[in-house]
Amino acid sequence: MKRSRSLTWLLWLIPLVFLLYFFYQPLLAIFRQVFSERFNQGWQFFSWDQISRPLLFTFWQAFLSTLLTLLIGLPAAYLFSRFEFTGRKTLHTLSLLPFILPTVVVATAFNTLIGPRGWLNLILMDMLNLSNPPLNLLNSLPAILLAHVFYNTSIVIRMVGNSLTRLNPHFDEAARVLNAKPWQAFREVSLPLLMPTILGASLLVFLFDFTSFGVVLMLGGPQYATLEVEIYTQAMNRFNLPMAGLLSVIQLVVTLLITLAQNRLKNPRFGKAALSSEQKTRQRPANRRQKLFVILMCLLLVILFVSPILSLVSRSLVTFEAARGERGEFETGFTTRYYSELFINRSGSIFYANPLAAIRNSLVYSVLTMLIATSMGLLTAYALSRLGSLRRWLEPIFMLPLGASAVILGLGFLLTFNRPPWTSGPFPILIPIAHSLIALPFVVRTIMPAIQGIPNSLREAARVMGAKPWKVIREIDLPILLRALIVSLAFSFTISLGEFGASSFLANARTPTIPVTIFRYISQPGALNYGQALAMSTLLLITSAAGSLLIEKIRLPGEELF
Amino acid sequence: MFKKYLPLLAIFILVLAACPPIAVTTPGTQPQTLTVMTHDSFSVSKELVKKFEADNNASLVFIQGGDTGSALNRLILTSVGSQTPEADVFYGLDNTFLSRALDQDLFEVYQPASLGSIPEEFKLDPTFKVVPIDYGDVCINYDKAWFAENNLELPASLQDLTKAEYSGLLVVENPATSSPGLAFMMATIAEFSESGWLDWWQSLKDNNVAIVSDWETAYYTNFSGSSGKGPQPMVVSYASSPAAELIYAETELTESPTASLVAPGMCWRQVEFAGILKNTPNRDLAEKFVDFLLSKEFQEDVPMQMFVFPVLPDAVLPEGFVLASQIPESVASLDPALIAANRDAWVNAWTNLMLK
Repeated sequence: MKRSRSLTWLLWLIPLVFLLYFFYQPLLAIFRQVFSERFNQGWQFFSWDQISRPLLFTFWQAFLSTLLTLLIGLPAAYLFSRFEFTGRKTLHTLSLLPFILPTVVVATAFNTLIGPRGWLNLILMDMLNLSNPPLNLLNSLPAILLAHVFYNTSIVIRMVGNSLTRLNPHFDEAARVLNAKPWQAFREVSLPLLMPTILGASLLVFLFDFTSFGVVLMLGGPQYATLEVEIYTQAMNRFNLPMAGLLSVIQLVVTLLITLAQNRLKNPRFGKAALSSEQKTRQRPANRRQKLFVILMCLLLVILFVSPILSLVSRSLVTFEAARGERGEFETGFTTRYYSELFINRSGSIFYANPLAAIRNSLVYSVLTMLIATSMGLLTAYALSRLGSLRRWLEPIFMLPLGASAVILGLGFLLTFNRPPWTSGPFPILIPIAHSLIALPFVVRTIMPAIQGIPNSLREAARVMGAKPWKVIREIDLPILLRALIVSLAFSFTISLGEFGASSFLANARTPTIPVTIFRYISQPGALNYGQALAMSTLLLITSAAGSLLIEKIRLPGEELF
Repeated sequence: MFKKYLPLLAIFILVLAACPPIAVTTPGTQPQTLTVMTHDSFSVSKELVKKFEADNNASLVFIQGGDTGSALNRLILTSVGSQTPEADVFYGLDNTFLSRALDQDLFEVYQPASLGSIPEEFKLDPTFKVVPIDYGDVCINYDKAWFAENNLELPASLQDLTKAEYSGLLVVENPATSSPGLAFMMATIAEFSESGWLDWWQSLKDNNVAIVSDWETAYYTNFSGSSGKGPQPMVVSYASSPAAELIYAETELTESPTASLVAPGMCWRQVEFAGILKNTPNRDLAEKFVDFLLSKEFQEDVPMQMFVFPVLPDAVLPEGFVLASQIPESVASLDPALIAANRDAWVNAWTNLMLK
């Protein structure tokens, strides 16, 4: 008995030490910057404007993005949970895809759609016989909003859609029998029941928009900076670390408040009667109005979700302009050159990051992240499920990393681990560790329910029959947890592969990752650089899509990822 | 069930572990590695690198750390006080950032023998922690064809740019994120004085100036005179960019499609330096590399690779380069001490005014 207790201690000590060392220490380093003597001169030019401007803009764009996301997401959730139509399943899967897509992929996808070298401009130039791209949509607020809506509609569809499906349709019908109009029935009966879920989803969407980095950096241009982008600029471009630290603290407080509010709203309670008991809640559209709704919504969703992805893939396969330094004739039209160039190791090349190295590095980082995040997540989940009264105090410590943004993490790592042994080895272990911290909350949330789902009686029974503790874990826990573990592995792999915020601080030209390389290539001149960025984005898109499909396939219906 | 996946997973991990990231350290008898941190615009002929490597049994690794400012900042964050700095040599520090690098005590003193033949005007660091390698003039480039087609006179001074006929025709880089952007801002401060420069930028803003983050975007996406064929016919770039347009044109041209505005006060001279990082374990090789940067071979390579001028007076310039490059008769300049004291405040003021 005594041994088992010390084992439990060890169980939560390992992840606790990991978090204290790799999360709280860097966080402290950032806080210290705010008061540091060495960079004291930074305060000389301090003005409230420097804080209020990015803060207000961050709130403003997050508010607008959330509003627009709800505007499309709510009808879409209604569509998927109430109507049956051909292609419903495909469209539903497709609509869930964006959530897992890396920000750089989304940004490049929109670049190929509305950018100066994108389809929309190419088509307009061809039709109107212009020599210059007529639309200048990049570096504007609409571009940011569009990408955010694309990103987060899937969250609303998933969360609100789930609740709607579980909501008993008889409630609506009962109201209709009592002579309520359909809209009235919805407003008076379903809407109040759904309100907590809608609020929860809105807060989550708001949180993601609030901490948006890659999209704003790549689509916003110099005029638009969210807190995240401003932290990056202040630290890396302006070398104003106190300001970067101060902005990080503000960012952390706001995201923490949103996360807390969101956690409170997470479990909406319907009361038993309101729960649908697996009845069929979906039916084919009955009248013309419903048919029109279904058709219009489908059209809208196809345009929103399919066009950027299709545009990215197709644009990576055609060439319209010469590569930099290329003279004379070049062929326009279909080409696979951008892909083949990725896998040619141009020896002695010193120009930008080598794409081949980036692909290899990213794979190595992702596998390491997968292992670190899943093992730490497993230990954390075990610790949290066994701790009893201590849990109340420890759970926030374990869950705080969710509130910290990738950019803050990257800055903290750069400030803390900038000396040997961290910098001297040939292998930058910091990147997979940072990625693991980002993936950890998701992993814990995936594994926790599975652990809590293991009946203690089963373990007791095994123990009574003389099984050693390790054998109990192997024979009872592992088979039950397997599904959750595979989901965690796939999830952390995918997160690491597409992670951009922390990597943009930690990866240098010696240790590039795929997203960092895409970011470097996309703004470079010449068709080859642009094409290679698109080719890499497309490969990343395919990998992420495969990952998210795998997760969808083996995930238990009850598990929620956020 | 779990056992079934275990070997698969093990093989997967082994395969990936077998291909670690590009090796950085090379042990023992193999060539000594020298790491050179530089900015995105860095370029050098492959043959010269190969020759240096062969002559010194060395292997050169170039890290491009972003624009000059971010490359420098990254180095300060990772290497000040470190016993193993991230790089051995930094190349590309310019006169606008010189004071920051010297304040942070990033470099070790080194005085190459060849320094004697270099004009005094370039030796801006009297302590010789960094030495000058090349220089170039940041000027406004314009699209010749556009101005001819639209029958518009060229602006003759910075002041002219605020006139209504040039509304929306100029694209500049954000000085907070781009070194030519910062250089151009310095030129305007020199021209309009510390009390007047912000007023000029305000009128430029009212005249619909376009602002982008970096030179690549400004030149290749916004500028109409480049292959990007963007909307603005004027861009803040280098006096040597027209030479690049001529030499690297897709079809052979007799003259460059672009030119620079080189009237007095419109250009800023950027001098680029190299320095050996403090505590480098490869000091000897680092010294040889700095000597190499000042050698005649490298200095003559500089114009065609980076389109800047060598600091070595004996270096012979390529013909096409001389033909299309305009050298301004007088360039704007500011006291280095003044820049050191005010750079951050100026950039702040600029950002507050222009990006609101």
